[in-house]
Parts: sequence; structure tokens; C-alpha cells
Amino acid sequence: MTDERIRLVTMPKWGLSMTTGEITDWWVTEGEEVTEGADLADIDTDKIAGPLEAEGPGTLRRIVVGKGSRAPVGAVLAVQAPAEVPDSEIDTVVAEAQQRNAELAEAVESGAEDTGPAAQTVTVGRRALSYLSVGEAGSDGVATVLVHGYGGDKDSWLFLQPDLGSDRLVHALDLPGHGASSKDVGNGSVDELAGALLGFLDEVGAARAHLVGHSLGGAVAATAAVSAPERVASLTLLAPVGLGEAIDADYLRSFATASSKREVKPLLGRLLADPSAVTRSMVDDVVRFKRLDGVQAALQRLCEAMLDGDRQAVALPDSLAQLDVPVTVVWGAQDTIVPNPGDDVLHARLPRARIELLDGAGHMPHMEKAGSVLASLRG
Amino acid sequence: MSATPERLLESYRIMRTIRDFEERVHKEFATGEIPGFVHLYAGEEASAAGVCANLDDRDAIASTHRGHGHCIAKGVDPVAMMAEIYGRATGACRGKGGSMHIADLDKGMLGANGIVGGGPPLVCGRALGSKLQGTGGVAVAFFGDGASNQGTTLESMNLATVWELPAIFVAENNGYAEATSSTWSVACDDIADRAGGFGMPGVVVDGFDYFAVHEAAGEAVARARDGGGPTLIEVKFTRYFGHFEGDQQTYRGGEVNEARENLDCLKRFRERVTSAGELRGEQLDAVDREVADLVERAVQEAKAAPTPTADDLLTDVYVSY
Amino acid sequence: MARTITMREAINEALSQEMGRDERVIVMGEDNAGGAGSPGDADAWGGVLGVTKGLYHRYPGRVLDTPISESAFIGAAIGAATSGMRPVAELMFIDFMGVCFDQIFNQAAKFRYMFGGKAVTPATIRTMYGGGFRAAAQHSQSLYPIFTHIPGLKVVTPSTPYDAKGLLVTAIRDDDPVIFCEHKALYDITGDVPEDLYTIPLGEAEVVREGGDVTIVTLGRMVHTVLEAAEQLASAGVAADVIDLRTTSPLDEDTILESVEGTGRVVVVDEATPRCGIAADIASLVASKAFGSLQAPVELVTAPHTPVPFSDVLEDLYVPDAQRVVNAAKAVTSWSR
Repeated sequence: MTDERIRLVTMPKWGLSMTTGEITDWWVTEGEEVTEGADLADIDTDKIAGPLEAEGPGTLRRIVVGKGSRAPVGAVLAVQAPAEVPDSEIDTVVAEAQQRNAELAEAVESGAEDTGPAAQTVTVGRRALSYLSVGEAGSDGVATVLVHGYGGDKDSWLFLQPDLGSDRLVHALDLPGHGASSKDVGNGSVDELAGALLGFLDEVGAARAHLVGHSLGGAVAATAAVSAPERVASLTLLAPVGLGEAIDADYLRSFATASSKREVKPLLGRLLADPSAVTRSMVDDVVRFKRLDGVQAALQRLCEAMLDGDRQAVALPDSLAQLDVPVTVVWGAQDTIVPNPGDDVLHARLPRARIELLDGAGHMPHMEKAGSVLASLRG
Repeated sequence: MSATPERLLESYRIMRTIRDFEERVHKEFATGEIPGFVHLYAGEEASAAGVCANLDDRDAIASTHRGHGHCIAKGVDPVAMMAEIYGRATGACRGKGGSMHIADLDKGMLGANGIVGGGPPLVCGRALGSKLQGTGGVAVAFFGDGASNQGTTLESMNLATVWELPAIFVAENNGYAEATSSTWSVACDDIADRAGGFGMPGVVVDGFDYFAVHEAAGEAVARARDGGGPTLIEVKFTRYFGHFEGDQQTYRGGEVNEARENLDCLKRFRERVTSAGELRGEQLDAVDREVADLVERAVQEAKAAPTPTADDLLTDVYVSY
Repeated sequence: MARTITMREAINEALSQEMGRDERVIVMGEDNAGGAGSPGDADAWGGVLGVTKGLYHRYPGRVLDTPISESAFIGAAIGAATSGMRPVAELMFIDFMGVCFDQIFNQAAKFRYMFGGKAVTPATIRTMYGGGFRAAAQHSQSLYPIFTHIPGLKVVTPSTPYDAKGLLVTAIRDDDPVIFCEHKALYDITGDVPEDLYTIPLGEAEVVREGGDVTIVTLGRMVHTVLEAAEQLASAGVAADVIDLRTTSPLDEDTILESVEGTGRVVVVDEATPRCGIAADIASLVASKAFGSLQAPVELVTAPHTPVPFSDVLEDLYVPDAQRVVNAAKAVTSWSR
């Protein structure tokens, strides 16, 4: 860069699977003064939307990638520079940027970008279970297994799994009825799913594992831990089902029956502290999942098993309190789907657990506050 | 090939019902109460009755614009038919089909058809379904001398042989396609001659003779059920009324009076079964009375029945939309 | 699990998996096996463009070659549908509808209504349409508006491999007759398609891009042309909503009107000729139901009212391109009284 007064605004990388992002809106116009930390634009990634903040001050001289356009990670989106930098110099920078953007786009198009590890499948009983593994086993050989919640899948860990996998082996599986796994959920009970999880540990050769479960997956991980404590090195529960009584039964039922984007989008908004972070592709992915043969029936079955009227039907066993492994509970402060039952309940049910409350997170702390959850998992 | 007295009496009842039904529609149409186009089957009863006497619930037929007789012979309720002809909500098609589209799929009646030559392709499909499902069912396409010149009919006969379908093609040659003589419009001597070109047997039968039709159709149905493929049967006769009701029939000669007098299928049937001792005259008379009552009831009920409502206009376009 | 496959493979997979799931599903058409009665391979072709390749040996007796007799075999598919089968018949080129249209529009489309709601006709007719192959006037038309005009028929025009598989599965399972129109230039495009069976409802348009400045309604192959145009428009500061109709019957009016209420400016892009077509239909919809939102006249980008020409120079002029879409979008967004 010839002139250090010129600042390039580039497409950020949010989550390791992100290869491109879409500018859904620009909040500033060309010629406008910008202060450090100001919202420049809204960016829609494959999974989540968010604001792009200015890294420093400077007049926004030129927008390179317009509203509604998609650009690869690293692409120059705009150019900031003080007014005294002449237009001719800006023109040169923009021309170079466009050249570079085109090269990046071509790399993404040709698949030269690393698209990450591919999903694998194991057979547990009569079911095929799909999973994604990242990283390599450490010296203790203990893997981490991520267990998603109701209606989720292995991809819901995308903001965590790549980073967590930098120094350990991390598996994320699709529970029965979800993702690319078999859609047969049996009687839909937590016990049934916990059985599948233990079977999964056998198949991937994990004698012991750090279990991380979210929501229904939290109940599944906890149940597996209670029934086979020797298999569990630690237990991390994100907004788990089975500790309190309150649950957004309407959400569960509506999610089971929703079939169009029109129906799904507002539902997903209820999962997050900031509903506007729901992206088109989040909605697309859920709708695509819901339209697979067998999914509707599987979700209905799970829904029935989770609910007793409008309350939770799942109650984790009291013996959970005696579990002799480190237990961490993480709850989003704005969670309205499975609300935090409160310190009294948590201390009574899990007297030795570390409890973390994350402000600014709803029911999806691992997506909304991935950094905090990651720090918690790293201990 | 001997039929039971019950079967004979039933066939007589069918032919008598068709005749009375059509004579009555002819009369009522003249009063102006029946809307649309009506094409009557009177005179041709032996064809529908003779063919359908060989069929059962596995089997299906497709009919023509002149379809009342085929409907009755395949078991469609004459009361519902009459209501349909009057355009009533109680009709076989709830007043949305009319004379030319009476159907009862549950009875294997794929519909009268307003399109000349519309039925034979559908029959290939029904026959294919029976073949693939292994039901042993056959499908029969009734069509006229007019439709014998339609590409759909000729294509279908070819396809039926190529696919070895349990299909039967019944060409009802009543001498006229509308007002044009089949002696002029059909390029060969007999429609049945065309069978050879499609690799199937073809026979000509006297359409006023129930027994001749029954026997020819019986052979064709047996062959089809047995996997022997399709047959073309040409049934020759004349219709007693015009192409449609209101047709002045100035194109015709004196063949109707001749046929009614000397060839009529009902008269010949009665003579044959009573002289052979298969049925008694009183049995047939009793059927005549019952049929007369039935047709009278059908007309009275149709006239008294409600018409469809505005809501019916938009229903049943799709199963779901 | 999704993988990247072509539209041809997606359609083949939909047929194969549905045949595996439901033995009532049969496939018929000219050369759908290709080689019936010939001395060589009985499964030589798999349809003229290979879409049904492989099904013949996988499902013995259920993939039927036909004589070149569209009336007879399209009619047979319809007749078989009334007997509890779920036939998928291939009308090789949509242009050939002329030789079998009676069976489609007077028979299949009418049964349910004409018979008082008692008929169910679950036939699917797959057919290939569209220009770009230098195939001239009788092999290049986009005739789906004619089918769309007929009450009783449903009409599907997928634009991606994902949509093609899901919409075809839905069409096969649907109890009404469905005309499934495949653009011949899209068979080799690729996209992510789940291995599992899935359905996409008929009558649900897809908003393939959100912008807010102008609504561009399109379908089939033109979706790709419009997306190319939308990218150019974005660089020029015009953000487009792009709506892929996916089915022309049923028509997802709500999605169109919702977008138009936000943008007030509409371009409709269709490869078919303009008279009594989809573009005119959408323009009429918008004019009658979103008049209050409109801030500019509706622009229609269609083929001209001519047959499809043969010469590549002429055909390239005939089929709408991205530049025409860009021009139209700029015209409506810059329009003022």
C-alpha cells in the first residue's frame, strides 16, 4: 500500500466455513465521515448476519462492493481515506482492489479455497449417524463430542468446532432424526438418543469423551453421562433441557410443523437474543432439513417426548448431582426457549457445576457468543 | 358358450334399461328441459350389453359421446345418470359433466368422452395398469366409425400390441360419423380389416345380435386375460335417432324403420331366449315393467332435484391447489 | 447428505428413489430405456438426453420404451394414473405437445371437475423446453404458458438441481396431473442436492436474492440470467429482489405481491413469447393487486413474438440476456412522473 492514510475495509471471516458474505446494506454513503467502531454495513454469511464495524476513522471514499452483492472473505468492500487523499489515488486503489476481488472470487468458485473436512457416517444399530471430525487426538486420547439440540445439526457448532479442534479431536454428530443421520428416532425419548450417542462413541473409538450438549442435546449428553459415567471426562451443558420445568412449548410444536420459510424465519428469531441475526441461509438450511422425508414425523415424536402439556416432560435423574466429573452449565441470559431455571435449581441439581450466564445470548450461546463458550470449553 | 338364465335376464334388463332410458331422454329433450347436447344409443344396446356381460369389477371401459348405454351396461346408476343429464347436483358428476361426461371410476367406467378418439389411449393406460398390477383385468375402448379414423385410435391399437396389453377395441360402426357415411369415410371395407396392420385379430359382428357380440367379446376378453394381447371387434348396426337430439337426419335413408322392424336387438333377444326355453316371456315382461318404473322414477327425481350452487363452480378442479 | 450433482442427475435420482419407494411409479417415453427390441443394449440411451439412464435395469418392467406415438402413450400414462399407478411420462420436447395435447388438456385436466370430483389423476409429464441449442422453431419453444392456462393442470419449471429433485418428487406424489418442464440448457448445471428424498411444495416461489429496490420475477433458465443481471445491478447501486416462481400453476401470488409492496418497481423476465404469457400474467397480477404500491410501469423482458430462429446470431438475440434485464431494471428504478 502506497499511502498509509488509506484504509481498506475487507470482508471479515466469521466462522471457519465462511467463504463468502453478502452485503445486505450499507449504513454509510460515499463521502461520509466514519468513526472507529461505527457500523459500516450489514453482512450476511452462510449462518449468521451481523454488522461490520469500522476498524478506524476516515472518510468513506468509495464503496467497492455494493448492497446486495456477495464477495469472498478478504475482498475489499470499501475504501476509507481522509479527504486530502486525491481521487486519482483512490481510483488506483479501487482498481487494484477490484482485480484482487475478482481473483479471490475465482478461487472460491473453483473450490481452491479449503472447504474443510468432509462429513463421515457410522452405523449405530439400525441407524446411520453422520458426523464431522476436526483436529487430532491429544496425548490423553480423549475426544470432545458436540451434541446439538432439537431441530439442529452438526453444523450448529461451526463457530466453535474449528477453533476448538486446533488442539484436540472434536466430533460433532447429527442425532437420529436430524441432519444427514437416519430419521428414525424410535420412541423419541432422551434415553433412546443417549443410547445412540453412546453407540456413536463406540463406533468412533472414543473410550472416554468430553461431552458438550446443547438444549435437548444437553439432556442427551447428561443422560449418557449418568448411564455410563466411565465414558465421560467432562460434561458441558448449554441451555440444557431436563433441569427446569419451563419451556417454550409453542416453539417446539410450531417448529415441528413449520414447512415454509415464512413460518420458519420468525421461529428462528425466537432462538436468538437479536432476531435480526437470522440469515437467509439459516432459514434455507432449516427449511431444506424440514422437507426431507421422515423429518416431520421425527420432530413430532421428539416434541411429544419432550413435552408434558406446555411444561418439560424430561427430568434428568437426581444421580446427576453425584457425577464425579467437571460439569459446566452455560445459559444465555435472554434465552426464552428453555429459560434458565435459576441459581437455586441449578445449585440443587448440580451442586458442583460451574455456572456461566452469558449476556447478549438467547438460546444459541454457541452461535451468538461463540467466543465466550469457546473460552469456557477451554477451561 | 352357454349363459345362465340369471345372466341372460340381467343382459335383457340392461338392454331394456338403455332403450327405455334413451327413448325417454328423446321425449324429454323435445320439451326443452334438458340442456346441452345429447347423443342417444338406442338401437345399439346389444353392443354395450354383449361386451360388458364378459366384464367384472377388475375391468374398465372408456366410452364415447354416445355413452349412456355403456354407462348403464357397466353398472352406473340410471337415476344418477338422468339427474346428470338434467344438470342437477344429485347427478353422477354433480351436474358438472352432463350427458357427454358421465363417469363412475369405481365401476370401471372411465367416462363418456366429448372428444372423438379420446378413449383408446386411456384404455391402453388402464390395461397397462392391470398388467403391471397383475389383476387380470382388461380394458375396453368403445369408439365409433368416426373415431376409427382418428390417429389416437390407430396409435393406441399399435401401442396395445407393442406393449402386449389386455385391451379390447370395440368399433361401433353405426354407419354415420355425424352426418357422413362410414362407407365413404372409412377407406377399407371393414374397420376390422385394420386389425392386421396392428398385429391383432379383427372380427366383424352383427351389432343387433346380442349373442354374436357376447361371443366375440368373450373370446377377446379371454385372450386378453390370458396375456394374448388386444383384439379389434367391429360391431355393425344403426342408431335409431340422429347424431344428436335435434338432428333432422336428412342425410339418412330408410334404415331405421327397417332395423326397428326386423333387426331390433331386444326383439331378437326375446325370440331367441323364449323359443330356446332359456327364459319365459313373463320374466321379460316383468323386467319391462320394472325398467319402466325405474326410468319414470329417474326422470321425476331428476326434475325434482336441486341444481348445483355457486359454490360448486370452483370446487374439484384439483385434489389440492 | 448433500453433494454437488447435475440437474440431470438430480432428476434421475428423484425418479429412481421414488421408483424404489413406491412400486406404483413407472416411467415411459420415447427411448426412455432406448434400445427396446434392438440388437444392442436394451438400455442404450436413457432418454434422448440420458435423464432416465440406468433406471431400466434397476426397475425391470417399469421403464417402458414407447413407439413415437405421443397421443397414445401420454394418454396411456393418464389412463394408468386413473387405475392407481403413478406414471411419469416423458414428452421429449415440449414442442411435441401439439400431437398429444387433447389427452392432456381435454382428458387429464378435466377428469376431476367433469366427473364431479371423483377422479384422481396422478400423472406426471416431464418435458424439455427452451432455446440455446440452435434447435430452431420446433424444438426450442417455452410453451409452459399454454399448460398454465389450463385449469386442472399444475406446471413446474425448476431452475436448480435441488429444486428439480424436490419438485419432481412432489409432482410424482401429487394427486393431480403435473407438467414438469425441464430447460434443456440446465441439465448440466450443478448444485447441492441431498441424497435423501425430500419434497418442495408446489406453489411456493423462492426469493433467490433480496435487494429491495426492484422486484424481478422470473423462472426456469432465466433465473440464472437474472441473477447475473442482479450482480451487475448491485455494482451499479440497484439492489434487486429476485423471485423464482418455481411453479407457474399454482402461482405464489403472495411472495410476488409482498416484494412489490416493498419495491414498487417490477420487471418480469420470461424466455417465452410475450402474448398471453407468464410475464403478462404477472404484470396483470401486480397491476390489479398492488397498484397502490407501483411507482413505475411494469417492464416485461421476454422473447419477441416470433418463432425461435435457428441461426446462432438470431437465437442469441431472441433469448433474453442479462443486459436486457439490467436495462429494464434501470428503466423502472429511474422512472418518475
